[in-house]
Amino acid sequence: MSVTDTVAEPSAPSKASGTAGLQTSGVTLRGVTKRFGDFTAVADLDLDVRPGEFFSMLGPSGSGKTTVLRMIAGFEPVTEGSISLGGADVTALAPFDRDVNTVFQDYALFPHLSIADNVAYGLKVRKVAKAERARAVQRALEQVRLSSVAERLPHQLSGGQRQRIALARALVLKPKVLLLDEPLGALDKQLREEMQVELKQIQREVGITFIFVTHDQEEALTLSDRVAVFNNGKVEQVGSPVEVYEQPATEFVAGFLGVSNLVGPEHASRIAGIDRLISIRPERVRLLPADAQLASDEAGVAATVVETVYTGANTRTIVETAEGLRLIASRQNDHRPGLSAGAQRGDRVVAAWTRDHASVVP
Amino acid sequence: MTTTAPARVDRSSTAGTRPLSTMLYRRPRLRLAGLLAIPMVWLVGVYIFSLAMMLVTAFWVTDPFTSKVKPGFTLDNFASIFTTPAYLATSLRTLGIALAVTVVCALFAVPLGIFMAKIASPWLRGVLAVAITLPLWAGYLVKILAMRITFTEEGFFNWALAPLGITGPGFSIVTVILTLTYLWFPYMAVPVYTAIRQIPVNLFDASADMGAKSWTTIRTVVLPLIKPALLAGSIFTFSLSLGDFIAARFVGGSTQMIGSIIASNINLNPPMAAAFSVVPIVFVLLYLFAVRKSGALRNL
Repeated sequence: MSVTDTVAEPSAPSKASGTAGLQTSGVTLRGVTKRFGDFTAVADLDLDVRPGEFFSMLGPSGSGKTTVLRMIAGFEPVTEGSISLGGADVTALAPFDRDVNTVFQDYALFPHLSIADNVAYGLKVRKVAKAERARAVQRALEQVRLSSVAERLPHQLSGGQRQRIALARALVLKPKVLLLDEPLGALDKQLREEMQVELKQIQREVGITFIFVTHDQEEALTLSDRVAVFNNGKVEQVGSPVEVYEQPATEFVAGFLGVSNLVGPEHASRIAGIDRLISIRPERVRLLPADAQLASDEAGVAATVVETVYTGANTRTIVETAEGLRLIASRQNDHRPGLSAGAQRGDRVVAAWTRDHASVVP
Repeated sequence: MTTTAPARVDRSSTAGTRPLSTMLYRRPRLRLAGLLAIPMVWLVGVYIFSLAMMLVTAFWVTDPFTSKVKPGFTLDNFASIFTTPAYLATSLRTLGIALAVTVVCALFAVPLGIFMAKIASPWLRGVLAVAITLPLWAGYLVKILAMRITFTEEGFFNWALAPLGITGPGFSIVTVILTLTYLWFPYMAVPVYTAIRQIPVNLFDASADMGAKSWTTIRTVVLPLIKPALLAGSIFTFSLSLGDFIAARFVGGSTQMIGSIIASNINLNPPMAAAFSVVPIVFVLLYLFAVRKSGALRNL
């Protein structure tokens, strides 16, 4: 990152203080519904976020995930249902009476206050004594490795720095739960990946519950202990990254989390003998020569290569069977692809996968 | 660089077809003179000149018998502002009225601006925007008349308050302040509303999220961010109020303002009127100086 980052103290002195008075709690939503006029943004939602976990709410825009976050923070009143924080019902409480803090998508730093004053804002509102406030701000800035910018104004900072100040400003208040609303959405890809690592580290250090809203499936899988996949105001599946990726509970989850080959019951029963919708990830599909013999634990189907796409680390091959079923096979380029390597357009192949790599979508 | 050279040669060869444009292009000073000639004639010839003439007149004398103005040099006109108790009181009263109008305008504009910018539906916002700017569309005297009818002896306020056993402000200094607030409110409300609209709604959420209640958010987030707009608006409400005399005449009862004294001296004693005209100018300059000192003008 920038030069100032490396100048800042490399140690993490806040570690001891962060874990000493550890206070965190889970969040429980019961029958939560949110309607805006005729539009139902969130419908009868039950959700249990465990204390201390990194919980992601993943979904396309308009799926209700941000609305749920805003209801937990208290910015939006719930239409029906209840929200409790560590067992205490907070449904009727205003944002300033809830033990949660939020990191906003576009940071929402106060443009007229210095970085130190921004971080001190919540402490000042809570009438924390000046000396104690200064110490807490100092610690919080060290935690995000930005002590050197304390006297600057927000517009003098880069996007990544502003993001970390927003994080420090929320963490300095020692919330029981931290809410993050697409906090990395405005950053470019490389910075986003660096921030992901940092965010995960900070979450481990402070040990409190993080509820993270994102539409980026890779980000959700990378960071989370558990992921809730949202669609149309409903949760389609809640589970660990491995569960939601490997055993998608619905067609939507299979399609939204990465690329998936969804094989309908009529094709599945013919190819694999399963009369259900099945999902196979492209990286599990192997392309074998047309005359290859399938092993007993394998399923496969003859197909013709219609397109190959070289994406650097991987090559993606799209094949089509005589019945019109399209499958995508992805292969890591772990060799140097020459002209002879890989399938060519028009080649006759067998697209095959190990039977237990295909998951049945209920 | 080498590729642009022939292009330049090309252009200069066609320049002969537009000699005036070419000449102006070659002579930047002449171009500037052409641009500024008309506005400068207006600004210097009429605007500054007449103002200067007025200031000069302030040092002239009026023959008390013939009421003829004679050029000369005297500081008596200025001295009388301080030595005549009625003049001094009027100056201070006018200053007080202008400050009161400014404060009342700001007190109305901030909550209204917050409501319009952050809470009202687009439809209601439109209605309010029209309502606020409505006074700008009506004639000045029409508004004064409206206030006069409302506050007169048999007017609305006295009628509405009569059952409670109290009377309205009638024609007094209070009514002058209310009338001037009515007249100049758009000049405060519009910049304040615009400034509040520009505050991202996330800042309100963030402030509440960190524990601030509404009043704290207004004090620590909204007011600092709209300070330039408040000051810009206040320059209008303050200076326009200082110069007014019609409100005092029609709804002020016996209330006199600087303008009243200038108006009554315009024919009788022009040098005195001119000297008195300097008072609001000095007040405005002092106000601008104070505003400048606060650093708020940097953001304008």
